[in-house]
Amino acid sequence: MPSWPTETKYISHATLRVDAAPKVKGQARYASDIQADGWLYGMILRSKWPAARILSVNLDRARQIPGIKAAVVVRDGEFNVRFYGEEIAAVAGTSKQACLDALQAIEVNAEPRLQFAVNEDLARKDGAPQVWEGRPNVTPGRSRERGNVDQAFQECDAVVEGFYTTPVQIHNPMETHGNTVWWTDEGITAWASTQGISSVRDGLAGALQLDQSKVRVITEFMGGGFGAKFGAGAEGVLAARLSREAKAPVRLMLTRFDQALAVGNRPSSFQKIKMGAKADGTLHAFEGENYGTAGIGAGGDAGGGGGGADIPMPYLYPIPNTRVKQSAVAVHAGSARAFRAPSHPPASFGMESAMDDLAVKLGLDPLAFRLKNDPNEIRRREYAIGAEKFGWKEKYQKPGSAPGPVKTGIGCAGAAWPAGGPTRSTQGEAQINPDGSVEFRLGVQDIGTGTKTVIAVVAAEMLGLKPEQITVKVGDTNFPPGPGSGGSTTCASISPTVYDICTNALQRLQAQTGVADARGENWFAACKKLGVTPLVVHGNWIEGLSTNPACGVQFAEVAVDTETGLVTVKQVVAVHDCGLIIDSLTLESQINGGVIMGMGYALYEERVMDDLSGVVLNPNFETYKLPGIADVPEIEVVLLNMPERGVIGIGEPATVPIAAAIGNAVANAIGVRVGSLPITPARVLAALGKIPPVAQT
Amino acid sequence: MNDPEPAGAGSFSRRTFLKGLGTTAVAAAAAQTTALAAELEKANAEKVIGPGAVPVTLKVNGRKLKLELEPRVTLLDALRNYSSLTGAKEGCDRAACGACTVLLDGLPIYSCQKLALEAQGHEITTVEGLAEGDQLSKVQQAFIARDALQCGYCTPGFIMSVTALLKQNPKPTADEIKHACAGNLCRCGTQPHILQAVFEAAGVKVASKTEVIHA
Repeated sequence: MPSWPTETKYISHATLRVDAAPKVKGQARYASDIQADGWLYGMILRSKWPAARILSVNLDRARQIPGIKAAVVVRDGEFNVRFYGEEIAAVAGTSKQACLDALQAIEVNAEPRLQFAVNEDLARKDGAPQVWEGRPNVTPGRSRERGNVDQAFQECDAVVEGFYTTPVQIHNPMETHGNTVWWTDEGITAWASTQGISSVRDGLAGALQLDQSKVRVITEFMGGGFGAKFGAGAEGVLAARLSREAKAPVRLMLTRFDQALAVGNRPSSFQKIKMGAKADGTLHAFEGENYGTAGIGAGGDAGGGGGGADIPMPYLYPIPNTRVKQSAVAVHAGSARAFRAPSHPPASFGMESAMDDLAVKLGLDPLAFRLKNDPNEIRRREYAIGAEKFGWKEKYQKPGSAPGPVKTGIGCAGAAWPAGGPTRSTQGEAQINPDGSVEFRLGVQDIGTGTKTVIAVVAAEMLGLKPEQITVKVGDTNFPPGPGSGGSTTCASISPTVYDICTNALQRLQAQTGVADARGENWFAACKKLGVTPLVVHGNWIEGLSTNPACGVQFAEVAVDTETGLVTVKQVVAVHDCGLIIDSLTLESQINGGVIMGMGYALYEERVMDDLSGVVLNPNFETYKLPGIADVPEIEVVLLNMPERGVIGIGEPATVPIAAAIGNAVANAIGVRVGSLPITPARVLAALGKIPPVAQT
Repeated sequence: MNDPEPAGAGSFSRRTFLKGLGTTAVAAAAAQTTALAAELEKANAEKVIGPGAVPVTLKVNGRKLKLELEPRVTLLDALRNYSSLTGAKEGCDRAACGACTVLLDGLPIYSCQKLALEAQGHEITTVEGLAEGDQLSKVQQAFIARDALQCGYCTPGFIMSVTALLKQNPKPTADEIKHACAGNLCRCGTQPHILQAVFEAAGVKVASKTEVIHA
């Protein structure tokens, strides 16, 4: 069985990101920076109706705009559009301005449907306008029951009932979705802003009926994805068709506006939770009912729909008597997609809110209540470490008891990420040159998590070199196939693969050069003995070096202004484990990022639909608020290094518990529960009874 | 607005035009309206450019760029798509994210909100112009040292805002740094490291609070 080295120079230490220099110099070429010879701009015409029958699309006038080289309709004949922003046609031209003019010149003959539903509650009603013909908006749902729930509730000493809701959250990576696609007689080359070069290749090949070998996808740098950028997308297929027609490369990047409508989001949730415990704090009975929307991704019997509107219930804590019913609701809005830790942040918010509400009713400290019911040993240990660092004991006070108009409060919550295991088919290769330089090539992509750095760190450790002596090439489907970057699986996929490549390389070097141990100071002498032909070695993911799952706990302290309703996060402590740490620096960055993205979910972010017009009302950064640098508190990160567990990913668990921790801190501060995210000033004031209730949109 | 000064030909600006409109609304004198219309016509006859491409000269990172651009082309578009200077990024194209931040005569601006035409005659600095040869600027070095970037798409914008800040205020407080970066968004959540990097670039040592416990 292979094992990681125990004495390490780079693994588990802090190594600087290997591709930071081109990023700070402005030299990194992102998908949106690609300028292939003779490239054209591409743009998409989107539906202005939430539901319509498109009868015909006339591109003649658009084609006559000076500079326009190609124009296509998404499909032949009549078709339906089911959300505001669905793709109708696309154009390519020599300037952005020509394309803007051409979009205006496209004539769409449509029959708008006057009946549509963009609101979950309206879409659930009998007789609601149907999103999909012949299929109900609400899925039959899933029900399950264990134990005797009704009797168990009677045996409880305290029972709480709550209604907790979470909004549709938009991914909003800083680089929008898009690509440059060049279709020649040899095939297609696509420079895509993607988390999955292989899935984009397969998607383009499938949609355009080309051999997979005729499609090459390149992603040297990309500007964030968070789960929304796996497929070829309409923007990929349309760019390819425009390129074929124009016989030129077409760069088609979405606008920020497009990004909010059509390329994914996190489903909403509406959770009715009833939960009871014995006087000693033992959880005894749970009843949960949840629905949420995955936009047009839900409907029929599609389960939770794209992105998972069904959530793990009850979250984290085993309860002997449970009854759960869940369904997903289709609405006339863009489909959900995977979003960092799909279905976990909403599950955490509902369950962990109910946990605190029940602790209060039982008169127990919420942290002690968790330790009583959470069987996970790693998480229990993390709670102990975090509580000490955060000063839980000293800071905890009865809900609403803080003096003055600005009240402080504290809260905590736990995370689980049961996926995060490896993609076992991951492969890679290294080319070792006679001059001792070495290049690793893996068909994975670095979405900002530090994938290239992980490869360099593992390779340097195994070969006895320095990380800067390792050249890392990723983001090309011509390299051996690697995993998509999602579900916290990348690190656990590539680290064992690089280990295997290195082991094979050292064996081959020994066989070819006679140098018994080519590592470290022997490296250059051994490579020189290769003569004139570089050595190319292959490697695969191997068993025994990675595992899952990961846990984590987070603590938050907030200040709530009871006159304005404004919530300020003052301090966060995040304690996380991910097995063997590869690079503590990029790991810390990922945890900061998870916390901050979850803060946005807790306090600011919510897609707002207009019931009457069916449009997204906040498709921009002025009205869809992301956390800014002034909103971000001090975040103290504690990392548990557990080499014996092997490598585990961290991207997802880092974003799971913070919204619940903040929600609990707000409840602790003001003495009443704000049950809906985001916890806006209006919702705080409504919870305090100072203004009328605010509806979930 | 009650005491307008007549806008003379040749000194016509948007400001005087607006003032003129105010006059019209207040006085509503037909003669004045006619005079204004005549004035406008004259001003337009002299000033109108486009809609086709016109010559534009930009001074970017100390080099002159001679371009042919439609008047509606923004500075960001001119840099990225007509000059191959793709360091400044487009994140929103409407003054909300800061990824396009460049310096105009040393001050940070959103290049997506400035027409290339208007940027003529000014010194423009982009992220590509900060390093001297292989020598990265202090801000660039600090961003690498503190891992103040993840996907890196917002990074050039932050670096330009911080560069401008430190030039004006070499020893900023945390609040001053946050104020200077308030116009830049980062979705990867790198803000804590950006704060550390700015302190480091300003020569202030900040220890990371991160703790690794070897289990």
